Amino acid sequence: MSETARTYEVVSEAPLFRTGVTLSVLALTVILLLAPLAVVFAEALREGLGAAITALGDRDAWSAIRLTVLVAAVAVPLNACLGLAAAWAIAKFDFRGKAVLISLIDLPFSVSPVVAGLALVLLYGSHGWLGVWLQAHDLKIVFAFPGLLLATLFITFPFVARELIPVMTEQGRAEEEAALTLGASGWHMFRTVTLPNIRWALLYGVLLCNARAMGEFGAVAVISGKIRGQTTTMPIMIEMLYNEYLTVAAFSMAALLAALALLTLALKSLLEWRHADLLAATRRH
Amino acid sequence: MHIDIDEISKTFAATTALHPVSLSIPSGAMVALLGPSGSGKTTLLRIIAGLEQPSAGRILLDGVDATGTPVQHRHAGFVFQSYALFRHMTVFENIAYGLRARPRRTRPGNAEIARRVERLLELIQLPQIATRYPSQLSGGQRQRVALARALATEPRMLLLDEPFGALDAQVRRELRAGLREIHDATGLTTVFVTHDQDEALGLADRVAVMSMGRIEQVGAPSDIRDRPANAFVRGFVEAHIPVGDG
Repeated sequence: MSETARTYEVVSEAPLFRTGVTLSVLALTVILLLAPLAVVFAEALREGLGAAITALGDRDAWSAIRLTVLVAAVAVPLNACLGLAAAWAIAKFDFRGKAVLISLIDLPFSVSPVVAGLALVLLYGSHGWLGVWLQAHDLKIVFAFPGLLLATLFITFPFVARELIPVMTEQGRAEEEAALTLGASGWHMFRTVTLPNIRWALLYGVLLCNARAMGEFGAVAVISGKIRGQTTTMPIMIEMLYNEYLTVAAFSMAALLAALALLTLALKSLLEWRHADLLAATRRH
Repeated sequence: MHIDIDEISKTFAATTALHPVSLSIPSGAMVALLGPSGSGKTTLLRIIAGLEQPSAGRILLDGVDATGTPVQHRHAGFVFQSYALFRHMTVFENIAYGLRARPRRTRPGNAEIARRVERLLELIQLPQIATRYPSQLSGGQRQRVALARALATEPRMLLLDEPFGALDAQVRRELRAGLREIHDATGLTTVFVTHDQDEALGLADRVAVMSMGRIEQVGAPSDIRDRPANAFVRGFVEAHIPVGDG
């Protein structure tokens, strides 16, 4: 059957209409997504690459970059493990309060990050519920690294679990049970059956989690206290520089943050492309 | 291996899946658990395998209480209803899985594993498919690979959950004969679950007819057919006078 014949039989809308829709989507993508990103890079490089690099080499800027990477390096693996555990429990077992747990996982998506940050300050701050006890034991959480970490963990918790729950629910327990009847220990089963079956969903979840961990502003801004050179992460630093009219510095850092996100995206695409065959084979079954 | 089910019961939350049931399965027999869906036959099979814990009662394997024995140590070859092949592994790796999962002391070497997998592929008459993935197999081939995988660890009993359920009539007939041959050749105590009267009566040495979590009658196929113990068994067996297949 020829291509045109099939078009007439199966698709009812006119070719002109389809072209129109496609073009508008394309135009919107460029205007809404690509243009702002391009402007960031253009602004960063307005005074040349040298100026941008010098701005990033500033002591406080460098400290913000290090802090952002450190927070992500701790928060992402932790949330990968927590998300995996939560998804496993929800997808494979029935227990009381399962519906509540599912709703709780979505909580960080529905609560404004600023509210989350404030809640953490109220809980751990010097006048907060746990503040007195923490101070007595000389533990500093608010306006310090642990606070940044807690805020980031809270905000990025759903990403891994949300990716995994539908995949694990669809796959069910049968393959895992098969592994057990064949004599595999729980750990061996997890390593050889559970993990390989969810590796793509887990990877997506981790990448999304990482992008958000690096880019989170609201919750982290509240709990960080914005102490320059100590508790300012990249997004906070960008805002501070911008407010001080240091445009090149602000946009250089913004460009770096965007580049990190794009790198994540590129990595994902590369992996998908290299493992396309296997991906197709495992999904079809 | 001799399997003794001693007053086993099972409740899930508010529902009773099994009232206390007892059944003795002699060594080397081929027994069918026959019943409509919801009769508790799959639950009973899973309890024998160790995939479910009974709420009460004991299960004896060769006279030894195995109620608390974890699934890994029951040495039951289990063929799942949907076969549950490992989708990310080749047929070879699927069959080798149980051997590779063994602790290092008892794990055979790679050459020995390859030899055994090859022999099993010949047993299921599919010697050419070792490098394929489950998604590249037909339903009947998947079922046979699942059987080979279950046999690879040299189990003490073979348990099959609706082994022919998802297959068309022609393939089903072939595989039935294949299962019977493998059973006769290995002498493994075999228990399979089915809702298909023909399958149970045509294949098994003994049939246990189940309904609503109870065993209604146990006997040879001829007993069940000619001397049904009650109205349910009579109705269930008569409801489906063989007309061809399926």
